[in-house]
Order: sequence, then structure tokens, then C-alpha cells
Amino acid sequence: MLTVMQTDGEPLLALEGVQVHFPVRGGVFMRARGVCRAVDGVSLTVQRGETLGLVGESGCGKTTLGRAVVRLHPVTAGRIRFAGADITRAGRRELMTIRRDLQMIFQDPAESLNPRHTVGGILEEPYLVHKLGTAAEREGKVRDLLERVGLPSEAMPKFPFEFSGGQRQRIGIARAIALHPKLIVCDEPVSALDVSVQSQVLNLLLDLQRELGLAYLFIAHDLSVVRHVSDRIAVMYLGRLMEVGPADEVYGHPTHAYTRALIEAIPILDPRRRRQLEPLEGDVPSPIDPPPGCAFGFRMGHPRYGESIGKEIALEEVGKGHWVARCPCCVDG
Amino acid sequence: MTGGEGDAKAGLGTGEEAVLEVRGLSAGFDTEAGRVRAVDGVSFQVRGGETLGIVGESGCGKSVTALSIMRLLPQPMGHILGGEVLYRGRDLVRVSAEAMHAVRGAGIGMVFQEPMTALNPVHRVGAQLSEVLLLHTKLNRREAWSQSVEILGRVGIPSPEIRATEYPHQLSGGMRQRVMIAMALACGPDVLIADEPTTALDVTVQAQILRLIGDLREQMGMAVILITHDLGVIAQTCDEVAVMYAGRIVERAQATALFERPRHPYTQGLLDAIPRADRPRKSRLRTIEGMVPGLEDLPAGCRFASRCPRPHGNEVLEERPPFLEAASGHWIEACPCFYPASNGGECSR
Repeated sequence: MLTVMQTDGEPLLALEGVQVHFPVRGGVFMRARGVCRAVDGVSLTVQRGETLGLVGESGCGKTTLGRAVVRLHPVTAGRIRFAGADITRAGRRELMTIRRDLQMIFQDPAESLNPRHTVGGILEEPYLVHKLGTAAEREGKVRDLLERVGLPSEAMPKFPFEFSGGQRQRIGIARAIALHPKLIVCDEPVSALDVSVQSQVLNLLLDLQRELGLAYLFIAHDLSVVRHVSDRIAVMYLGRLMEVGPADEVYGHPTHAYTRALIEAIPILDPRRRRQLEPLEGDVPSPIDPPPGCAFGFRMGHPRYGESIGKEIALEEVGKGHWVARCPCCVDG
Repeated sequence: MTGGEGDAKAGLGTGEEAVLEVRGLSAGFDTEAGRVRAVDGVSFQVRGGETLGIVGESGCGKSVTALSIMRLLPQPMGHILGGEVLYRGRDLVRVSAEAMHAVRGAGIGMVFQEPMTALNPVHRVGAQLSEVLLLHTKLNRREAWSQSVEILGRVGIPSPEIRATEYPHQLSGGMRQRVMIAMALACGPDVLIADEPTTALDVTVQAQILRLIGDLREQMGMAVILITHDLGVIAQTCDEVAVMYAGRIVERAQATALFERPRHPYTQGLLDAIPRADRPRKSRLRTIEGMVPGLEDLPAGCRFASRCPRPHGNEVLEERPPFLEAASGHWIEACPCFYPASNGGECSR
């Protein structure tokens, strides 16, 4: 099982059995032993103009996967195909070209925007790096970008710290769309923002997608946000995919026990419908020393956990485009 | 009954005696630009066994309210500028530092958002918990340790006798928050103030921690003040809710009433801005345009006016809207833009 096939043409992005492992070095608090299997065999596709939401608890590997896609982390094994080309081992120069089409937005724009550069300088940089346009043309483009993300052109001579969190995220988005990319990896783009500002930024991302035909790999821990913006949703747990499918299917008919647990933990906005269920106990096991069987069955102490040990748990299609890791303890039937 | 900042009794319910009652509390900071008022005349109360939620966005003054109650405002720039904090009838604003110290341990416990900054990284968890007990009780070291282990067990930490010997970094985020709760509850307080206790946690762990706080509240009959930006958390846990905006409470009601019929335009805007499963996917969300005004240039009148979707004249900026009981137990800062006195006080939406 390597690819989760899409029917309509070649996907914009295709991950095939991607693994990202980090060596665990010795130290005061950790014995030197083995590897951290942050991403451990993930196969996914993103179509042109589509949003794929990627959810999971902290430590599940979703951020590492997103960073591997834009090649900020080297891939240990597997393949990443983007726009028809294998970019798994692309070199520096190739990456320059690829990154015109493949951009990233980070959770905390305060950390991803150079504090010593003006907003004008930050937004001009992509054009400079790719040697596009004259100085006057570049300035015009920067003005267009600012207008497009809803900032005044007076923002140009200012520095990032002079802006609020929401405005800084707009600057981060402006930088990401400067070169008309095809795909933007959005890593928790609104989780640091207040609700009223969060909806402004989500609207901006939705508008840009419609206008520019962008595809998003939208990584977030907030399932309500992910459901709202995504066409399809992928659920990750301890470096692996548990479930992937159309957003309404995954959200409305979650099949894997982990997906169900995640959805059931979302606080409902209705005091008359309080959760009576026992919350999921325990924490995500360590990817440094993962349990031998199904990692989620292990956490739940599932009676059928033993059956999953030593078994290769593959994704199986349970509905149109709806795939589930069929392990004996987490999927009924 | 009408009343703004001056009328400290405005909007306080009746019935059973409140454990903690805040009346017209104001607090602020000295900055380079002069003194700013981060909390401006807030009043609420909470009874034993009840949970009051304080909800609002960053900078609305919810955390400053909590720190003022505990008299833990950053020094020397933080000040309580007025009002009363009545704990069991005693005004904590005016008690001595020693008396306040005793209240903090045994009367009111507090849990913070990021346990890693509140726990001491170089001391074992059990030792930190024992420290609290040694300070506030007459237990000796050995008794304090065994009681610490027992408390860790009560907050749901597995194998507490082993965990007690570990350091904070050896615990997960959820476990650390449990330790924080254990420390806050070590001396059996009757009020627990939890400031964004689950914000740094995953939803699954958040559900565990909220359940734990709810269970302990029932067992101990504590009053809980839960401060959060998350209206979902409020809906799932609180009996009463106070919505804060730019230093003031703009709406206060029973949770069911607030979610069923939010009356203040800010509360309505907040609820509309949240993505919900019953709205079409990829549809534009409702937004609250603009930003919260800075503390330096707050209007005397309605502070939401600059972002309010309703038409209103400049006169609403001049005078603080009265805090009115629009329906039984449902209080609002009644800006004329949505609560015209002329139509008998019926809110329009």
C-alpha cells in the first residue's frame, strides 16, 4: 500500500510512504538510543485548488510532515512528487524554482518575518531573489499584494512589530502568494489569533483560494477550523495516517476510533449539550520508542491491542475516497 | 436598576451567599505613556459549587482581573485602582500582605496557562507540592510528602509515588497541568481561579482537564472562576458567563441564556465568527471588523462602538452605557445602538 489514489488526473502533490526520522542524540535527560520516527510512512495527495486539512494532537508529526513537503526537513524514505516532478532529493537550485510554486505560512508570523526588515522589504524579497521586474515594478507588485491581503500601502515602511498578530499573519500570507504559488502549506495559521481576527484571516485564505486557484495543505489542531476550510481531511497519529477522506465524511462518519475521540473532544457551543462521555485518557506515546502494535490501541489499553502487534496496518477504502487504517482495535468490523 | 462603575452593586444576583464577590473592580498599569486602565469597573460573584466563566479576547482584561483578585499584579507597575474583592465578606484589596498570603494558599487557589513557567524546573514535583503544604499547614516534611502523593493521585496522575520523585520536564503537558491543579488545591481552597488552564493542551487532554476541574469542584464544593478565550470551553463547563471587552464586562448571564440569546453585539459577533459544523463548509465566516482599541485611547462610552456593525451616533462614545438587567439574571452594558430605552428596553437584533 503506497498511494491513496485520486481519480481525477495527476495530483498536484503526492506523498508516497514518506518517512522523516530524526536521530536521538545522547544528553543529560535522554539516553542515546535510536531514532525519533516523527513521520513514519505517510501517503497522501493534494489536488489542484483543493484544501487538504491535516489534523492530530501535538507530537503526531503533522508539522514535521508539512515542513518536509516544502523540504525544510530532509526526507528519510519515500517520495514527494510535486507538479509532476520528484522533489524528494531536489538540490538547492532546483528548490529555488520549486518554491515559486510551493510556499509556506507559519503559526507565528512574528518568528517567520525578519524583524529588521520593513514590510516593503519583506514583500519585495521574493521578487529580488528570483530577479523579477525593475524597482518600480516591484514596488507596484508590493502595493498590489498589500491591497490583496487587506493592508494599507502605508504599511510598507513599517516593521513587523508595529502590527497586530492578525496583521502580521496577513503579511506572511502576502509573502507566500507573491510569486503566485500553486500550493501553500499552512501550519497552524490561525491558532495564535483571537476568534474575531481568526475569522478575518480564514476568510482571506478562502478568498485567495477562489481568486488564485491555490491548493492548501492546512495543518491545524482545531478540528472546527479544519472542517470549515477543508475539502478533505487527513488524521495523523504518532507519525502515521489513521484516516483520510472527504471532510463531511470524516467529520460526519468518523470510522477510526482516534478520529472519533478527536471529534468527541471538541467542546460544543451549546451548554444544553454537555459532553457526558469519558474523555480519552493518556497522552500520545513517544515517537522515539513507539509501541510495537497499534499506537492508539496501546494508549487506550484496548483489549484487542495484542492482535495489532507485528501486523502491517494498511489503509483500506471504506467509502468513496474515504480511507481508514484498518487495525483490529480501532476500526469496528 | 441601572448603574455603571459607580454603582458597585449593579448586576449582582441574590440568593445564596457568594464565596467571592467582586464589586466595581478597576486595575491598571503605569506605562511610559502614563497610567492605563486594563480593568474598568467589573462586578461579579461566584457561589460554592458554581463555575463562572470569564471570556474575552487577548487584552480584554480577563487575566488582569484574576491577578487583581489574587493581588498578584506585576510590581511595581500594576495597581488596583478601585473597587472591592470580597472573599467571605473580607475585602482583599485592603488586607495586609501577610493575610493575603494566607488567603492565597488556603482560601483561593490559582492555575495558570503554562505550567512549565509556573513550576520550578529544578525541584521534584513532590517537593514543590510539599512546599505548599509546609507553608500553609502544620504538617512535618514526611507527612507533607505522603499527602502530596495522595493529592497527585486525586488529580488523576498514575503511579503518583513515582511521579512525585520526577521533575516537571519529565511530565507531559497534561500531567504538568494536573500537578498545577494539585498545587492549587493542596490546602483545600474554596475558590479556584483557572486562567486559560487548557489553552496549551490538545483537545483530548483539554477534555480530561476540564472534567477533572468539574469533578473536584463537585467533590470539594469549590467555586470556580474559569478564564478562557474559548466559548466552546465556556459552554461545556460554566453555569454563568461574563463576557469582557476592552476592560469591561459587556454581558453577563446564565450560560444557557447567553448562548441561546446573546444580546450584546460583541457577544453576537464572537459567536458568529466561530466555524461551526452546522454552517456550510468553505463559506465566508462572519467577522468583527477592525481591532480592539488600545488601552491608551479608550472612549469613555461604549468601547465596542468602533467595531460595532450597528449604526450609532458619536454620543455613545461619551458616556458609559448603563449596566442593565435585560431579562432575569441577564445583564448587559446597554449601548443605545442595540438597546433603545424608547422601545421599553426590548433588545433588537
